[in-house]
Amino acid sequence: MDYDDDGISFSEYTIEGEQIDMLDNILDEYVAESCANSAMLIDMAGNIIAQQDNGACEHDLYSLAALASANFAAVDTMAKLVGESEFSLLFHKGESESIHFSKVNSEFLLITIFGKDVTLGLLRLKVADALTKINAIWE
Amino acid sequence: MAFVNMKSKEVQAKIVYYGPGRGGKTTNLEYIYSKFRERIKSDMVSIKTHGDRTLFFDFLPFDIGKIMGYDVKVQLYTVPGQVKYDATRRLVLKGVDGMVFVADSQVSQRKKNILSLKNLQENLATYKKSIFKIPLVLQYNKRDLKDVPLLPVQQMDKDMNSQLKVPSFEGSALTGHNVVPTLKKIISQTMASLQNVLK
Repeated sequence: MDYDDDGISFSEYTIEGEQIDMLDNILDEYVAESCANSAMLIDMAGNIIAQQDNGACEHDLYSLAALASANFAAVDTMAKLVGESEFSLLFHKGESESIHFSKVNSEFLLITIFGKDVTLGLLRLKVADALTKINAIWE
Repeated sequence: MAFVNMKSKEVQAKIVYYGPGRGGKTTNLEYIYSKFRERIKSDMVSIKTHGDRTLFFDFLPFDIGKIMGYDVKVQLYTVPGQVKYDATRRLVLKGVDGMVFVADSQVSQRKKNILSLKNLQENLATYKKSIFKIPLVLQYNKRDLKDVPLLPVQQMDKDMNSQLKVPSFEGSALTGHNVVPTLKKIISQTMASLQNVLK
């Protein structure tokens, strides 16, 4: 298994220390621009890779990451059962908090928690920007 | 595979409790949760049916402190044991680092244990993992039962551990007997398997 001294190592993928810094910066900017409460990049096994929030977010993020990856995997399996390659929009709306899921690539998901003052349209625009930037890290 | 953050010196490892339905997987986690309540910051998450059976999984994140300079977070999961939930069972195995197989010691459950172990082997194979290579500990649960016939431990060893040759414990998830030793064993085996990464 190969990795840098200050990087992250996995069997399926490797992220170097510099890339973690870039991810943190992208998420930080994304949270600020979208006015979301919290954003985290997780892998499909439910591990948190990077996370940023607005400083007022007190959710249990490890449990959220485990449930989010499982939820995504379940929905993805359902899509295949009805003959779709994937469902492009996965979003749960609550009275004051909502959760938005975006697939970054085959390994990662971007999970965003946002309040009622953020519109889904704006959020989706900002998500698209963030996804482009995140994917550019691996190009 | 575990998530190792060399920058923040943090390891997240995934340990999954597997086994036949009503075998005591959730009860293992509930005992661990009650025993280490002060060290576990979040609540145990359970996705279950109205009849209190596990529908998707239980989840318990557990900080075990520093190992080799790394802050180690173990994520304990259970799978639904019922045969019909194979699709969701397979999803929970994604990225697994270590396994505890909780077998039911009742004579009536002998066949179910063997089928579940075989199912584990098949499901691991879908992730290109071998049951012979992954850190694995067996727990022969329900040894405390008095009113029903129990399988002799030698028989259970022969049924399930003759080829695997992994550590096994006689336990009782309900009373807590050998629940913590089982957990400690799988954590040490899992961390040993990660040693190459954590040097």
